[in-house]
Amino acid sequence: MSLLQVRDLKVHFPIKAGNLFTRQHGSVQAVDGVDLDVAAGTTFGLVGESGCGKSTLARAIMRLVEPTAGSVALDGQDLLGLSERRLRPMRRDFQMVFQDPMASLDPRQNVESLLTEPLRAHKIPGGPVEHARRIRELLEVVGLPATALERYPHEFSGGQRQRIGIARALVLSPKLIVADEPVSALDVSVQAQVINLLKELQERFSLTYLVIAHDLAVVRHISDTVAVMYLGSIIEQAPADQLYRSPTHPYTKALMGAVPVPDPAVEVGRNRILLQGDLPSPANPPAGCRFHTRCPWRQASRCAEERPALRTLTGGHQVACHYAEDIAAGRIQPSTTAAPRSTATVSQHEPAELLDSRRSPGGR
Amino acid sequence: MSVEEQVGAARPGDEVVKEARPTRGLRGEAMRRLLRNPMAIVGFVLILVFVAVAVFAPWIAPYSPKDNSWLSEVRPGVYPGPSAEHWLGIDPLGRDVFSRLVYGARQSLLIGVVSLAIGATVGVSIGLLAGAFGGWVDALVMRLVDIMLSVPGLLFAIAIAAMLGQSLTSVMIAIAVVNIPIFARLLRGEMLGQRAADYVLAARSLGISRAGIVFRHVLPNSFTPVIVQGTLTLALAIVEAAGLAFLGLSGSDPSAPEWGRMLTDAQVALTSAPQLALYPGLAIVLAALGFTLVGESLREALDPKLRR
Amino acid sequence: MSFLRVRDLTVTFSRPGKPPVRAVDGVSFDVASGQTVGIVGESGSGKSVTSLAVMRLLPARNVRVTGSIMLGDQELLTLPARQMRDVRGRDVAMIFQDPMTSLNPVVTVGRQLVEVIVRHDRKSTTAARHDAIALLDRVGIPDPVRRLREYPHQLSGGMRQRVMIAMAIACRPRLLIADEPTTALDVTIQAQILDLLRDLVEESGSALVMITHDLGVVAGLCEQVHVMYSGRIVESAPAAGLFARPAHPYTDGLLRSIPRIDDDHHGRLHTIRGSVRDVVAWEHGCAFQPRCDHAVDACLGGPPPVLDLSDGPPRQVRCPRPMNQPAPAPGTDRREVSA
Repeated sequence: MSLLQVRDLKVHFPIKAGNLFTRQHGSVQAVDGVDLDVAAGTTFGLVGESGCGKSTLARAIMRLVEPTAGSVALDGQDLLGLSERRLRPMRRDFQMVFQDPMASLDPRQNVESLLTEPLRAHKIPGGPVEHARRIRELLEVVGLPATALERYPHEFSGGQRQRIGIARALVLSPKLIVADEPVSALDVSVQAQVINLLKELQERFSLTYLVIAHDLAVVRHISDTVAVMYLGSIIEQAPADQLYRSPTHPYTKALMGAVPVPDPAVEVGRNRILLQGDLPSPANPPAGCRFHTRCPWRQASRCAEERPALRTLTGGHQVACHYAEDIAAGRIQPSTTAAPRSTATVSQHEPAELLDSRRSPGGR
Repeated sequence: MSVEEQVGAARPGDEVVKEARPTRGLRGEAMRRLLRNPMAIVGFVLILVFVAVAVFAPWIAPYSPKDNSWLSEVRPGVYPGPSAEHWLGIDPLGRDVFSRLVYGARQSLLIGVVSLAIGATVGVSIGLLAGAFGGWVDALVMRLVDIMLSVPGLLFAIAIAAMLGQSLTSVMIAIAVVNIPIFARLLRGEMLGQRAADYVLAARSLGISRAGIVFRHVLPNSFTPVIVQGTLTLALAIVEAAGLAFLGLSGSDPSAPEWGRMLTDAQVALTSAPQLALYPGLAIVLAALGFTLVGESLREALDPKLRR
Repeated sequence: MSFLRVRDLTVTFSRPGKPPVRAVDGVSFDVASGQTVGIVGESGSGKSVTSLAVMRLLPARNVRVTGSIMLGDQELLTLPARQMRDVRGRDVAMIFQDPMTSLNPVVTVGRQLVEVIVRHDRKSTTAARHDAIALLDRVGIPDPVRRLREYPHQLSGGMRQRVMIAMAIACRPRLLIADEPTTALDVTIQAQILDLLRDLVEESGSALVMITHDLGVVAGLCEQVHVMYSGRIVESAPAAGLFARPAHPYTDGLLRSIPRIDDDHHGRLHTIRGSVRDVVAWEHGCAFQPRCDHAVDACLGGPPPVLDLSDGPPRQVRCPRPMNQPAPAPGTDRREVSA
């Protein structure tokens, strides 16, 4: 049974004009028919580039923006049909971690007040003494000393602030945590700390995560299942390692190839597909397959007319491409592929075994 | 970024919370910056003097402000200047100028504070209403505010004072009414900006009630510009009160000590005794300057962009 | 032969009522013509200030820049402002992180581009317009004639960065400095821009200094890499050597803490404890000491030595105990370059 079940979720933002009498001029289809199933205790990673609708999807699931259509159910309980008043007590079960911890923490509240507020709002039994105990315990869990309690958000570093944000999301003992770019605002050397913390907490409290990020390496590292979004819908979904080992959708292939790897030995030999052009406007998405305008494997038939549905290939690997099998089998060739780069940038003197020595098994 | 901060023992892989600096809220930080600004200190001193003079007027002033026992010493064109008995001389109606000036501070402060209190309270309530509800409530309230703002302030005040009749109360109400839309618009704009902030989204996702979000988060974070505006408005109210009094729209008692009326009274002697206009003029400027300096310094100290 | 020689560059910001901050602290590096050099660091490392100092784009107020920046045989630090303006664009050009704030929002792309060409190449506007169209075409902007008439906000982030690159290469500078040019962009667009930069550098023979926090970007682009921490270069090495055998514990920790897309390891990541705010002043020891897993007592009590590890291309590390290095042959001692 999946803890979170999303069916055909749509979020369309109306484009309005005029001052006094507003008229609607079409809409931005930020999320356009998304199905998600997140199993309890697992991490579901959602990747995509800016404008793909991943953050809107997260906020729609959190009911922070109102979906246009579809359904969201947590533990079998429908969330979209409820009024805000009826929903409020249920919010205990699903919490959010935000990208920018500075912006998402009220600058005028100290840590104690930030963490106590949800307990009071939900009338969690125990009173001030029990609340204080719980908060101290939580601070320790996220790796902050008790002295942090009377401090204000601006007195902490970015990583510490994100720990406070995580503690606040945990204070109501939720089942699901939706994390929207939880580490992208942090310094590289601090990101790993927060990623490890999220994993630790998941094991300790049997949490279920929906992690939204643009960093594919981070998502691969923490996720069990990964879905790739493009222009408002999921175009490929698979168990994490399978998706990264054998990306099937042309967009996924391009996306994976574009991520730089901190290793010249890998970078030089990489066969990457460079996409042409920019993301089309979500207010006016292309007909047919939404990726066909930039797809190197585009075919004359079907791609521009028929929107491919997400279909299952093999064990849990789903893809929304008419020609997925043909591409995988090499029966269709891309129109433009960047050849492996010339190696002018890197000297080739390093013996091969030296290049690999750093990553011996269990090295980390 | 400071170097001297000591790194204590912590779990491996953790960041360390600094212990060196005592904790301080945003207000505390702002206060510290404010007190380092010499302009603010000058402003505070001016305000302090002004308030002290107003409060202790009966002890400071040597005579009653309405006492015209020295009328015999005044002839057209001859106004006794500063002397040991009358530090600033005698006005055309035979009264001690210094005493009138001292009591005038009382009047100015009273009008300033009361009109600010009324204007800010009503304005903030309206702004809060619009900012908290948004939608059509906001649209309706703000159109009304726009209409109020479209009439020039002093003209508006004159009209109201004339309508309500000559009394101190009507002056205070007139000045208050002029300030209502300023506060309303300021708070509303600030609140709308804050409502879109991530921490409001976070509060919603935590299941905090709408009232809780407005009063615990949005309002406190929107209030600093209102405080700044309040300080600046006090300065403006003093000038406006003097203006109304100068035009003869203040209280019904023509002998009441008011800086604006002192200017009017000094008019008849402007050529022979210009100093009689200078004293109240200077008093108005200094009092207003005090509040303006503090207000501007406060704005600077509270500006998050200048922090650190 | 290096044509940019930065020696002992120090940038000090003075703040009213507070002790001054040395954002860049004795930085030295060379860029040979046609070479691609990466400067890597996190926030507060001084990497961006270094690039701004080379361009002489730091504000004059409250900032003191000392040391030497030689471009060819010209000392940039003492060059009169007027001549420096000629150097910018003609000899050295810069590409910034956010093209939206570096382009004038109320002037068309074409006019901004033409202005640069006219100013440095002393060409007629018509000739410059032809050049501008060719440039936009070169940086991969479709329909360049139409784009010339557009304003920056009408372009996407990737397109704006292409325009910035076109402006930067308009006068064929010998050195391009790119300060986080792809940080604001999505990965697929980043790949396009990096590919473009790589081609342009190869084609024109310009040198490129890439300022970034992303080790992956450096890995695919740069020959020589300098890693900065808290205002100083802590490690300089050819890219291949740096990534295979990072010598400074900071570089090593950083490389091991980044999850890699080609790695199916799902366990705990290696971490560097603390944050970039936990530093020691360089005069008192290694700034990285509080976060270093390999620190010994010798790391405090004085500036760490710079060791020369090179057995070929230049390789230096500011650490008394370099990591991942073969033990020096008996009898030979590592040369200490400076302390």
